[in-house]
Amino acid sequence: MKVGVITFPGTLDDRDALRAAKAAGTTAISLWHNDADLKGVDAVILPGGFSYGDYLRCGAISRFAPVMEKVIAAANGGMPLLGICNGFQVLCEAHLLPGALTRNKNLHFLCRDQKLVIENNATAWTSDYAKGQEIVIPLKNGEGSFQCDDKTLAILEGEGRIIARYVGENPNGSRNLIAGITNERGNIVGLMPHPEHAIETLTGPSADGLAFFTSVLKAMVK
Amino acid sequence: MAIIVVEVMLKPEILDPQGVAVGAALPRLGFTFAKSVRQGKRFEIEIDGQPTPQQMAEIEKAAATLLANPVIETYVVTVQA
Repeated sequence: MKVGVITFPGTLDDRDALRAAKAAGTTAISLWHNDADLKGVDAVILPGGFSYGDYLRCGAISRFAPVMEKVIAAANGGMPLLGICNGFQVLCEAHLLPGALTRNKNLHFLCRDQKLVIENNATAWTSDYAKGQEIVIPLKNGEGSFQCDDKTLAILEGEGRIIARYVGENPNGSRNLIAGITNERGNIVGLMPHPEHAIETLTGPSADGLAFFTSVLKAMVK
Repeated sequence: MAIIVVEVMLKPEILDPQGVAVGAALPRLGFTFAKSVRQGKRFEIEIDGQPTPQQMAEIEKAAATLLANPVIETYVVTVQA
């Protein structure tokens, strides 16, 4: 099973995402933003960073990168797609997920270990978690405040499409403590914190993040 | 030659932490007039000649597609004399 990780100019976390995909037992394939070729991968990860320098708005320019046309078509066809941090911003800009990520409420760039609760374990990326499971993974971003209108929020809540929420104090002003959401089908997930930095205790605060990557392996084998 | 101006603002219901920070800095400098501040973006697009209705429609489309994110922002297109 092949998982592709896209590198845009300014991407930071592609190496860790590739490593996490590999640690989960998948074959990790590096993809380049300027290639309109997905190299036959079965799932795609849009990693964190500052693609295109976050110019205009975070993710606004990456959304139109040549590779994204293929990614959007494949994801609309059911391919598992995970956007982490900047990747989540790209998914919102591409309208694959609703809402938008705006500047953290206190304007600070946050970098810390964050407790989350998994609320939906029926997606391609969260099936290896238990519903209600609490995990600790790094949160590191300046524009992580999830915003959407009341109607969209009601739909997300009503359909159980909030996959993870922050536990404790709201770190960035996200509506309803939203840390991650999914689409209706459950194949596309956007998450602000970084599971790929928490796949082993040697380098991360926990190994809690690994299950995102083992979940997708399970989803692809099915 | 004409300049098309596209001004982009966060929707009123979206929190603007940058505007709030600027608003908080003003009184520290002795400027006490501001009730609130909101920060936005301004694009100046140069074109040859005066814009045709078709060009204006294209600019409108570009504003809604790329320059602004209609989920959180509004935009106004004007032509600078």
